[in-house]
Amino acid sequence: MSKASPMSTDRIKGLICRECGKEYPAVSLHVCDMCFGPLEVQYDYKVIKARLTRTAIEAGPKSLWRYADLLPIAGEPTVGLAAGFTPLVRAKNLGDELGLDTLYIKNDTVNHPTLSFKDRVVSVALTRARELGYDTVACASTGNLANSVAAHAAAAKMQCYVFIPHDLEASKVLGNLVYRPNVVEVEGNYDDVNRLCSEIAGEHKWAFVNVNIRPYYAEGSKTLAYEVVEQLGWVAPDHIVVPMASGSLLTKIWKGLNEFHKLGLIDRLATRVDGAQAEGCSPIATAHKLGRDFFKPVKPATIAKSLAIGNPADGYYALKATAESGGAMETVTDEEIIEGMTLLAQTEGIFAETAGGVTIGVLKKLVKQGLIKRAETTVALVTGNGLKTQEAVMNAVGRPTRISPSLVHFQKTFGLGNHER
Amino acid sequence: MVRVRIPTPLRTLTGGKGEVETPASDIQSLIESLNSQFPGLKDRVCDDKGEIRRFVNIYLNEEDIRFLKGKHTPLKDGDEVSIVPAIAGGAF
Repeated sequence: MSKASPMSTDRIKGLICRECGKEYPAVSLHVCDMCFGPLEVQYDYKVIKARLTRTAIEAGPKSLWRYADLLPIAGEPTVGLAAGFTPLVRAKNLGDELGLDTLYIKNDTVNHPTLSFKDRVVSVALTRARELGYDTVACASTGNLANSVAAHAAAAKMQCYVFIPHDLEASKVLGNLVYRPNVVEVEGNYDDVNRLCSEIAGEHKWAFVNVNIRPYYAEGSKTLAYEVVEQLGWVAPDHIVVPMASGSLLTKIWKGLNEFHKLGLIDRLATRVDGAQAEGCSPIATAHKLGRDFFKPVKPATIAKSLAIGNPADGYYALKATAESGGAMETVTDEEIIEGMTLLAQTEGIFAETAGGVTIGVLKKLVKQGLIKRAETTVALVTGNGLKTQEAVMNAVGRPTRISPSLVHFQKTFGLGNHER
Repeated sequence: MVRVRIPTPLRTLTGGKGEVETPASDIQSLIESLNSQFPGLKDRVCDDKGEIRRFVNIYLNEEDIRFLKGKHTPLKDGDEVSIVPAIAGGAF
């Protein structure tokens, strides 16, 4: 990697407005000052294509940094060196249950170090924030992002403020406090937190990973798509089912697949990217069903708190990506989310958080509707760990069977005769 | 007259004013009339085809005009219109 100035390298040209195309240097900026569109990192794919091969990637570190040539940092990574490269699990039992011959779970419940896909975006965001000279990082979060920013900031010895809604799951709150950042609980929902953070970002010179650092941060999500393709043997699947909050992850999955195709790392791209939302917060999926390319913000009411964004920043682009890929969008109720979580746990031994229940519930629906067919290779993105949202399933998993420390009592309780010895 | 709330990044065009009044019969004529008062404002709010830009939200009495009649949404005396960038711009 080059040691050029952080503003531009031979790979990174700068930032560009996704709407009007106005160009900017690669600084901490996220909105076009002309047309208010979102800014995106602009790469020189010719330079990247000249050196990026399957072999070069395979020789890289067993982390998301094996794809560093496609990530917006100028020098070497300095934060989150062990994030990513999580297992792609062949889910035969769940596939049998749902009627799919070739189903995989991309298991980011075991991402390092905070057990969600946010470890990807934060590794990129904090590395970039350091390059841009920041010593304080912050974020607006529904939980997982805050956990990851807090953990990485501790390891990187950066000052940290995380802003969360006041009603998060206990484990997600504790999963901030243990790293000793400033944890700010805002009386409001995520959209209120996000608005407040935009105001704070205008006043304080901090790296807000999902505000002024957003163009860099969001790029980290592409690594989920890269890994899926590489782990399938350099083949893009027929379907990827993606949970949606802001819509950024789905947008970047589609971008990542297209980059691999453009760079010749895959021969063929016919993946349909399917979006999953909870019925209690489904502005993007609702717009998709109505055939609109704009959405109506909603007030979230769902147990899938990590997806509870009523005014999704990348909603438009997620709608566009799904439409371009020929994918579908669906929603599930809170009951179906819990069913999805327990089904995944009981068939594959993977304990996902509520967002994973949304993904599995929607996958089930799309198969039932014939939108995903039995023979199609399908990957479900499971992006967060169930131990962080225990409240959701606490009443759906039964209780332990209590006995005295007696062999007889045990055998009697479970109807086992002593002849079985 | 219709009252219009101007977002911070457009106040360089309105001489710093956060709220202005202008006569208008619908959103389109409101934008034209604002543009004659504050030249350059239309280019920021509309694209080169005259359509309202995707990341500019316009609200009539708190309702997004996309869910009314878009730029043909009629206006009457006393209405309040807000122009709001869709992505809150902390970096401005």
